[in-house]
Amino acid sequence: MSQKKAPYELPIGPIHPALKEPINFTFKMNGEVVEEVDFAPGRAHRGIEWMGMRRNPVQILHLCDRICGICGVAHALVFAQAVEQIAGVEVPDRAYYVRTIIAEFERIQSHLLWAGVAAHELGFDTLFYLAWQIREESVDVIEYITGNRVNYAIMMIGGTRRDITPDMFPRIEQALQYYEGLFEKMVNLFLNDKTIAMRCRNTGILTKRRALELATVGPTARASGLAMDVRTDSPYAAYGDLDFDIILPEVYSNETVGDVYDRIVVRIFEVKQSIDIIRQCLRQMPDGPVLAEEKYPKLLMNLKKASGEAFARVEAPRGEDMHFVRMNGKQEAPEMWKVKASTYSNQMAWIEILQGEQIADIPVIIASIDPCMSCTDRVAVVNQKGEADVLTKEYLHRLSVEKTRRMQG
Amino acid sequence: MSSLLVTIAGVILVTIFGIIAGLFLMGVDRICAARMQMRQGPPLIQPFIDIRKLLCKDSQVPANAIPALFNAAPIVAFASAVTVLFYLPLGSILPVGTPLPMVGEYGDLILIMYLLTVPALAMVAGGFASGSPYASVGAQREMVTMIAYEFPLAIAIIAIAWRLAVAGLVMPFSVNTLAANPIWTVVGPIGIIGCILLLIVLAWVTPAELSRIPCDTPEAETELCGGLLVEYSGRNLALFSLSMAAKLVAMAGLAVVLFLPWNISPIIGISGIGAAGVDLAFFLLKVIVVMFFSVTLVRVVMARFRINTVVSLYWGWLTTIGLIGMFLIILDGSMSLGGCLS
Repeated sequence: MSQKKAPYELPIGPIHPALKEPINFTFKMNGEVVEEVDFAPGRAHRGIEWMGMRRNPVQILHLCDRICGICGVAHALVFAQAVEQIAGVEVPDRAYYVRTIIAEFERIQSHLLWAGVAAHELGFDTLFYLAWQIREESVDVIEYITGNRVNYAIMMIGGTRRDITPDMFPRIEQALQYYEGLFEKMVNLFLNDKTIAMRCRNTGILTKRRALELATVGPTARASGLAMDVRTDSPYAAYGDLDFDIILPEVYSNETVGDVYDRIVVRIFEVKQSIDIIRQCLRQMPDGPVLAEEKYPKLLMNLKKASGEAFARVEAPRGEDMHFVRMNGKQEAPEMWKVKASTYSNQMAWIEILQGEQIADIPVIIASIDPCMSCTDRVAVVNQKGEADVLTKEYLHRLSVEKTRRMQG
Repeated sequence: MSSLLVTIAGVILVTIFGIIAGLFLMGVDRICAARMQMRQGPPLIQPFIDIRKLLCKDSQVPANAIPALFNAAPIVAFASAVTVLFYLPLGSILPVGTPLPMVGEYGDLILIMYLLTVPALAMVAGGFASGSPYASVGAQREMVTMIAYEFPLAIAIIAIAWRLAVAGLVMPFSVNTLAANPIWTVVGPIGIIGCILLLIVLAWVTPAELSRIPCDTPEAETELCGGLLVEYSGRNLALFSLSMAAKLVAMAGLAVVLFLPWNISPIIGISGIGAAGVDLAFFLLKVIVVMFFSVTLVRVVMARFRINTVVSLYWGWLTTIGLIGMFLIILDGSMSLGGCLS
């Protein structure tokens, strides 16, 4: 320990209590203040796209469930949408509603999970236990609807594998009422608490302009005042039929700061929004089947013949989730499958929002964009010695120029 | 010769009492916190199980640590934390002075205040000796926290001792004097308000002294992975845990001596060994109550402070409250002096 003046390096990660998934941060510190931030993702890479390009689309759907333990519906839903678009599958209306309901329950459980994690990062364990206990109800309902608590396995190309029948409505309604009853309490505990306000207000500020320039998505962007939500910007599933607004920090406070506190506001109020959306879905749900093609061999046959490329996106709890799929009509497996999750867009905001903050705020700021490394890590660069490596912009540019020359040559 | 034997026996007994009472208090604290957080909580003997397990494990010394300092720190911390207990009255057992001079004639509140800083200093030394950036940051924070809370603590202790001196008692800093003359019976109405303010200050100093939420910044699990203690394992960590346990008894015991020194044996009319046992049990009960309000309850309802908040809270708010309390006590003392003189 030398003098305070000399900057020292503080590594956080790959494994650290503040991080729920492996990622490596290196902070250049001056005393308690962060001067420079660097991070190296790529430690949760599992070659899922590689596996997917050797499997048929129905198998990939179940692989999509396992990209991330929290947003399983989002990945499966967006992949199904892309493949349906390529193969021209007509999805029954009722399936759209079932998809919307389960996606919104997923949002509730994801946001509550995040709220608990944020409280834990602040050292407020009582709130952490409370948030996770409340979250159980949504996981229970998801289990009631899909049969699973984590990897839901409800999506299918051309609809859903299970229906939500009217006799299931009372149980769902009970859960909605449970959350409505607790909403005031949640707002009070998270937003009116002195210590939380003290730690989160004006911490990790991302201005509206920088949020736009860094192409952030989801609650992170909305907390900075950007009115963007895939559910309203390009409606999918049943969202086009439903009536809801984009949640901005103004719903609670008068000004938009773009700090950690605003991110809490947006997520807490999105739980309420999800309750409204589910209720609207239950009211408007049309009759009919939930699956376009019940016979799997026939479905797979049709998918094998399909050719073309498609690009689909949904609003996952953490923000926009995009999948690109290309099929060539000759093989079962897609020729190309690309997953781009919300954290991929949001992670560059870290460099911006961590600068100049204190060590004490690093955990909650890192958590505030709700990072999901297993969603994000689609590549790990390793050199011939087996060590982690970095590909620079210049190197990639040179490769690109060389390839162009080869193709011309 | 016999006095030496008494001293050795007393030291061993008090050490054993300190360890058992401290671990028991930690178990109570964990259960109370768990129940308030809607959890079941661990069994009461969980801290004992943890210590036993830690004692079975190897102590790892990091490659870039200073081994001598790294290994000495836990021993110093434990020894000094237990030494505080030798000077605190445990129920009606008065360790200093009469009737059985266990640790000699001398030892008062000033000594206790100094001894209380030693475990923290040992942890700082151990943290710097670990050679880890987390431990270094934790050690810096511990030093800052110490500087922050020592002043309000000193105000509380000195104000009370001064008031006892004004009341005409000799040796106002002696714990025996404090135990025999509860401050509430000495002061007048204004002094009682002052004492309540000082009680608040002492209740707030306790979590900082013990590095508990909201003042656990030196350890800060989610920020520094345990800070000061990050590199400690096995027996060394067990010693630190034991010193924390003993310090918990010492801090709660100090609050009991200063503000709740009554014993129950005169009321129910027991004497001799029985009285000592009953008073010890009553002392433990008071310690549990103090711990519940100043440690358990606080850590359940609050988030962790930033280190600059800790400093501004202790130097700003608590020092102000302490000074107001001291001022009221001085006012009370001057009035009673004036009353005597006229």
